[in-house]
Amino acid sequence: MAPTRRGPAPRLIFGDLWPFDPAPETADPKLADRYQLFIGGRYVRPRSGQYFDSINPATERRLASIPRAGAADVNAAYAAATAAFRRWSVLPGRERGKYLFRIARLLQDRAREFAVAETLDGGKPIKESRDFDVPMAAAHFFYHAGWADKLEYAAPGRTLRPLGVVGQVIPWNFPLLMLAWKLAPALALGNCVVLKPAETTSITALKFAGILEDAGLPPGVVNLVTGAGETGAWVMGHPAAAKVAFTGSTEVGKAIMRQLAGTDRRMTMELGGKAANIVFDDAPLDQAVEGIVNGIFFNQGHVCCAGSRLLVQEGVAARVIAKLKNRMRMLRVGDPLDKNTDLGAINSAAQLATIRRLVAAGEREGAELWQPEGRLPAQGYFFPPTLLTGVTQSHRVAREEIFGPVLSVLTFRTVDEAIEKANNTAYGLSAGVWTDKGSRILRLSTELKAGVVWANTFNRFDPSSPFGGYKESGFGREGGRQGLLDYAARA
Amino acid sequence: MPPPSAAARHARFRDEVGAVDQVGIEERVAKYTTRSIKKASKVWGLKLAVGMTDLTTLEGKDTPGKVDSLCRKALSPHGAPDLPPVAAVCVYPAMVRRAKQRVGGTPVKVASVATAFPSGQTHLRTRLAEVRGAVADGADEIDMVINRGAFLAGEFSRVQDEIAAVVEACGPAALKVILEVSDLETYDSIRAASFLAMEVLRPGDFIKTSTGKTALNATLGNNQVMLEAIRDFYLDTGVAIGMKPAGGIKTAKQALHFLVAVKETLGDAWLTNKRYRFGASSLLNDLLRQLEKERTGAYQAPYAFSDAAESY
Repeated sequence: MAPTRRGPAPRLIFGDLWPFDPAPETADPKLADRYQLFIGGRYVRPRSGQYFDSINPATERRLASIPRAGAADVNAAYAAATAAFRRWSVLPGRERGKYLFRIARLLQDRAREFAVAETLDGGKPIKESRDFDVPMAAAHFFYHAGWADKLEYAAPGRTLRPLGVVGQVIPWNFPLLMLAWKLAPALALGNCVVLKPAETTSITALKFAGILEDAGLPPGVVNLVTGAGETGAWVMGHPAAAKVAFTGSTEVGKAIMRQLAGTDRRMTMELGGKAANIVFDDAPLDQAVEGIVNGIFFNQGHVCCAGSRLLVQEGVAARVIAKLKNRMRMLRVGDPLDKNTDLGAINSAAQLATIRRLVAAGEREGAELWQPEGRLPAQGYFFPPTLLTGVTQSHRVAREEIFGPVLSVLTFRTVDEAIEKANNTAYGLSAGVWTDKGSRILRLSTELKAGVVWANTFNRFDPSSPFGGYKESGFGREGGRQGLLDYAARA
Repeated sequence: MPPPSAAARHARFRDEVGAVDQVGIEERVAKYTTRSIKKASKVWGLKLAVGMTDLTTLEGKDTPGKVDSLCRKALSPHGAPDLPPVAAVCVYPAMVRRAKQRVGGTPVKVASVATAFPSGQTHLRTRLAEVRGAVADGADEIDMVINRGAFLAGEFSRVQDEIAAVVEACGPAALKVILEVSDLETYDSIRAASFLAMEVLRPGDFIKTSTGKTALNATLGNNQVMLEAIRDFYLDTGVAIGMKPAGGIKTAKQALHFLVAVKETLGDAWLTNKRYRFGASSLLNDLLRQLEKERTGAYQAPYAFSDAAESY
């Protein structure tokens, strides 16, 4: 005797009966007004004398001056690293491990300070920098500290030796975490590093120099140079680098590879993505919706492995989209420092323009746009969580990386079609599968051409789990034993 | 077409209701605990929780005196004029008449557990007679237990038919159906049992987590499973069922987390004691303590609150 429905379709009211008061995180980020390059264990002015401003994307206000490193500064950084390598590389592993443990603990000690700095500089919600970025960065140092004195077990039968000086360029979406992903394995193996953070998010890297100092890391083992794309090109192209590791866009990755073609430079490239998040009709739908939200709206969608293409089986598509819309109505967009904020600020004006351009292109090509009601802050770079339905494989929004809180929804009918559509992309960084069938998970994990396939979850990371791409998403792995081996000389 | 066999109905019902992923739902509810409820929003939430409380005493040693004391506390939790009374007092059937004498004619309802609470292990006719007796004595609300034995044996129709019989026996009284989640164990079963109950309930009836007599009671996880079941049922049929987590919610902070779950799953229309209740006893004093702290800026000693179990 199921009751029958009368009158208009029932709907839920997500109003402001119980609004939450502002709950700003108040820890002091301890920002300097002007930062310096960190070369050879010393804070040095850039030879050019030039600085640029780092902006808080949530307020568009200046936070600090960041030095613009020129070719001469990059040369000095490589010289310092090369000099430090002679002693650092022959230090017993357990000694290197001690430094890494110390770094990890110091970062934990100053977790709140770093979380606030990260949020101010990058725009990500404080709950993410507090609960994900900073603890995960510390976890990477702990994990690799553990490897430093056990390298003989990482590759049985092989003696692992460091490569030399490694040039590293990292992106703006997870500034501190990407620094940890890059530094920790390099140092555990005995390499020295010249690292350049992204132009818009240099502050936590430069603050991190203080942790390296407090940890007593020998001068020159890690050198930090800041600047824009030019500086990055010098770091990547420097003849003293034995290896370069890059995380960023596929476009820049290709430029670096062209620049280094024909050299014996080793490379790790972690580039773009357009991950398929595949929901089958037997999936636990509410948890799948949660995973979809986590997959695309985590860090405003500024995630290379974001689940930006939702592939949902036709039979449940309407229900999944209805549930997803209700869930999206609950996402709080606003002040990144507020502990209740779910979506913070877009990292930069340039990125906001890119997102707007691609979403407009999606609408022009016939996709249907949906955004929850609600006002965005008047100041700062914000973009609401966005759903594009009616998207097909040939839409630009299904092919190009948007790198924002924009989900393109496609449907499929059969398992084979899902696999075909998921793999029909230039990228191959990650994928998600939602189903109650274990056997289907196993099949898809082998047939999906992606470096990570998540089953009934999404955007889960662990230092012991290797991360990296297929196809134009790059090559090489970070994390785990595999990531470690990418920083070791070939026997 | 002949009705499906018990086994066929069992399988079909499970499929219709769908599955719950344990890891996923626990990740979801963990996010509720990171919501930061401060200042005015905290006071509003705490007062709402006071007004949603089913102040409960369910003990073998309950006496008329104990029930009187409970009713007094229910009507005037802390003497403050801007503080609402609780939603209901919840007692055993033998105490219904006494409670009704004390709170009758006030907004506070009398709820009675019935149906051989907490095990439910007696004849249906006895359980129904107990319900009718409690209603006749003046109970406004009946808290029943489902037949977990029948549920676990796969006899879904029997479970549902018994609930329907209790609905009928309730007459004008509202019904709260206790699933006893710790006996059902899995989230899948909690979801299935929620639907079994809701299909035969009336608008304004409730589903409830537990008796409070077992090791595992209300958690954010099983609360969420039931809220999502209520939401799906409402969107499908338009029938709004209420929810009552019971047992294990002892602190104001926990209560606020549960209310955040309601706000973010069912929305504003469920932020009322007509659709959401807390089955609790010691929770009330912690709510009052937090409200006093917000009002005065300082924590009061436990003995500043009546009926506080803890002391120096």
